[in-house]
Amino acid sequence: MKTNHIQTTINGDVTEFLCNADESLLDVLRDRLGMTGAKEGCGTGDCGACSVTLNGRLVCSCLVLGVETEGAEIQTIEGMANGDNLHTLQRVFLEEAALQCGICTPGILIAAKSLLEKNPNPTDTEVRYWLAGNLCRCTGYDKIIKAVQTAAAEMRGA
Amino acid sequence: MALDTPKRDFKIVGTRVPRPDGIDKVTGKAAYGADITATGMLHGRILRSPHAHARIISIDTSAAEAAEGVKAIVTSADFATPDDAGIRDIRDNCLALDKVLYDGHAIAAVAATSKSAAKAAIRLIRVEYEILPHVTDVDAAMKPDAPIVQSGRAFESVPAGMSQNVHSHVEFGHGDLDAGFANADKIIERTFKTAATHQGYIEPQACMANLGADGRGELWCCTQGQYMVRENCAAILGIEASQLRVTSSEIGGGFGGKTTTFIEPVALALSRKSGKPVKIVMTREEVFRATGPTVSTSMDVKIGMKNDGRITAARAELRYQGGAFPNHTVEFGAQAAFAAYDLAAVQTLGWGVMTNRPKEVAYRAPGAPTAIYAVESVVDELCQQLNLDPLDVRLLNAARKGTLSAYGPTFNEIGLVATLEAAKNHPHYTAPLGENQGRGLSCGFWFNFGGNTCVSLNLNSDGTVGVVEGNPDIGGSRASISMMAAEELGIPYDKVRTVIADTTSLGFNDVTDGSRVTFAVGLATIEAARAAKNEMCARVAKLWGIDTDAVQWEDGSVKPAGPNAGEHAPMSIADIAAIADETGGPIAGHHEVNADGAGVSFGVHLVDTEVDPETGATTVLRYTVFQDAGKAVHPDYVEGQMQGGAVQGIGWALNEEYIYGDDGLLQNASLLDYRVPVASDLPNIETVILEIPNPGHPYGVRGVGETPIVPPLAAISNAVSRAAGIRLTELPMSPPRILHAITQRRDG
Amino acid sequence: MVKVKLWGSLRQFADDQEWVDVDASNFKELLDQLSHLYPALRPKIERGVSLAVDGVIYRNAWFTQISDENEIVLMPYMVGG
Repeated sequence: MKTNHIQTTINGDVTEFLCNADESLLDVLRDRLGMTGAKEGCGTGDCGACSVTLNGRLVCSCLVLGVETEGAEIQTIEGMANGDNLHTLQRVFLEEAALQCGICTPGILIAAKSLLEKNPNPTDTEVRYWLAGNLCRCTGYDKIIKAVQTAAAEMRGA
Repeated sequence: MALDTPKRDFKIVGTRVPRPDGIDKVTGKAAYGADITATGMLHGRILRSPHAHARIISIDTSAAEAAEGVKAIVTSADFATPDDAGIRDIRDNCLALDKVLYDGHAIAAVAATSKSAAKAAIRLIRVEYEILPHVTDVDAAMKPDAPIVQSGRAFESVPAGMSQNVHSHVEFGHGDLDAGFANADKIIERTFKTAATHQGYIEPQACMANLGADGRGELWCCTQGQYMVRENCAAILGIEASQLRVTSSEIGGGFGGKTTTFIEPVALALSRKSGKPVKIVMTREEVFRATGPTVSTSMDVKIGMKNDGRITAARAELRYQGGAFPNHTVEFGAQAAFAAYDLAAVQTLGWGVMTNRPKEVAYRAPGAPTAIYAVESVVDELCQQLNLDPLDVRLLNAARKGTLSAYGPTFNEIGLVATLEAAKNHPHYTAPLGENQGRGLSCGFWFNFGGNTCVSLNLNSDGTVGVVEGNPDIGGSRASISMMAAEELGIPYDKVRTVIADTTSLGFNDVTDGSRVTFAVGLATIEAARAAKNEMCARVAKLWGIDTDAVQWEDGSVKPAGPNAGEHAPMSIADIAAIADETGGPIAGHHEVNADGAGVSFGVHLVDTEVDPETGATTVLRYTVFQDAGKAVHPDYVEGQMQGGAVQGIGWALNEEYIYGDDGLLQNASLLDYRVPVASDLPNIETVILEIPNPGHPYGVRGVGETPIVPPLAAISNAVSRAAGIRLTELPMSPPRILHAITQRRDG
Repeated sequence: MVKVKLWGSLRQFADDQEWVDVDASNFKELLDQLSHLYPALRPKIERGVSLAVDGVIYRNAWFTQISDENEIVLMPYMVGG
């Protein structure tokens, strides 16, 4: 199979990679770029563990082909903290124990950040529907929803 | 075992400290099963049966071997013969022996230089099958003329003349049932069915194996127990346990489903054959088709009650299928069924049955949720028919200290009555309900275990402490273990770091199961800390030139025990650590135990639901969990267990099921079609933690992880049945099933 | 002598008795004696059983002391999730 040369920007850094036409963005991130923060829970877009943003839009990276990302801006969990300063969502998730095993956490953080950029003051129902594509099997979602709201309130105040 | 009165006055235990693995988990740095690579590694892929039941006539791997990039192919012929029958079954589930027993059963595996090469090579393996008749339903599998899944597997307790698929039979109970039923004012007998559900961990099984021809190897994998993996793999590969080092990765959920091995022996065999590291990561479809769902069931429950709510007699007959191999799950269900009740006459029968489905694996309180669902449904219906308050009836009949339990022993200290009273006094119980709404409640129970546990606690030269324990941290246990060590030593929480050992670094530890870690690892940590404190006291006594019993430990320091011990300034852990070299060398404490005394656990769940009479769809409006934790070491993670277990149970009640076609093939092997609860399905899950100390633990801790999945099935079913005005007896209560029941009621 | 309670489906292997008298002072002696007195119990005992002493469940623990003062109940060997 012919490999393709792709140039993108990932977390603000210009990044080049080679990939086959059938490789997903998730495979590229994990297998070619060593960025394993996005997780593969299903490979079919059902669990949200691989969530990233592509040109500002929340996507499942398992449903995007690597070759589609030429010239794109990608944000992953690896770029969410600013150096040793955690993003408010990351810090509040820790403070409020919004994770147990943590496998869904990168995807949920990316999705929650994307929500708050569009809607800084969501209702609980809006948070629950926005995160409906991100499965968590440990927490029952309760502490996740509360943490998103705490972070949202803090971010609005800042 | 510490059986003195548990400590109740804490400085650190009971607070909500940050978890030590937290930053790695919110920044994407934490390494889970699939997150590592090795130099020169190959990718493994497994060929699986497309048939529910077939004899393997031949396997031709020649075309696959010749394919580009293929370095090794293995079948069951590459495995050894373990002595242990249970491990032989695990082996035969990892790669089929002479028959494929279910859709998805592994047959052969390929290691190749890329994922795509391995995937392509799998398709080149030619398997010739003789297709056999199959059976996937528990009642059908018990019929004398049912297709036989495996012959000669029945235990001695199974009466002669039954289908060979029936592998086990148990009976528990006491008292005169006939007299009890004769004395009842009202008797209800119902039959229930529940579908198999999957643990649904978000991280598929993944491992990296590196095994040399000399039998020395390394294995990295996501598991609930690295020692279990080592024992299974060493036996299946025919190597010595000492030569296989297993390291557990961070684990992305397990819920019981990672208490066995599937891909690890296969990856090791491929690595041994190819001479290279081999990584295998399961797809979600493989997870559904070939890893651990729980049992599906068919159950009869009959309960007699007086007009005042007193239960006079109770009987249950449970039929559990657990896939293609024998298992013991029905034993636990049969023992747990009536555990919440003080009964003069009770009998529970259990039948374990094989079918052409994947080998059942433990799922959170295995066996208990379904049995208790059936029992609590009948109790609720009796309350409805006799116009009695369902909480009052449970209080009237509640098991308490001194009750002869339905499973045999007499209860010691248990927290059921306090938990029921907490539910009764909670505003949720009396909140008004609207049209098409119903309130349900259910008790839940689980045994909880201790088990084999090793902990080493090392004092560092700067006075900080390292704890080494052997159980994968599945939901914050490194935090709770560090908290107990800090509490016992009287030092701040952040002075302790807890790490998970690989299999060479500690003695054997049982898997993270049975709600055992906070209890048993906590107990061993406290004992290890006490051993280190004794050593520190001895060192200081020697330094001061007085007897060891003339010094005492207080607030993280060694002090003179009284005025006769002389004038000595207290020495802190840091002071003692600084002179460890000069006073005899490094200071450590360790503890090895097969812990018992875990203490059974009860919970009560209250739920309000609304059922749409036009569509049969259920909305969960309000949910409250009441549970006895003995002592909540880290309340956030105790609440998290209660909330997470409740939501898994809600999924079991409303959505989740394994659906098999007449062809015996699984029809919904994806997270789209096997629908676990999502955030928008749910309300907040309120929690009320009760703390009735467990006398078997120095801090009074009880396991909390499993009990919360037990009550939701009946709590939701009781709420839906009251909301819909008709008793539902089958799970999941999907909208079509509820609509059908409503329509039948309307049509009379 | 201690009295040991057998669960229902074990009784057929011990002359249909619910309670059996066994000369044992710990769990190991109890298992050995049960296997000796009622050989049909042996397969189940070898696959694993638990013991409840005064309501506390012990899964292995051969040296657990028992006496005629204790309530002793045999239970299946158990695992969890």
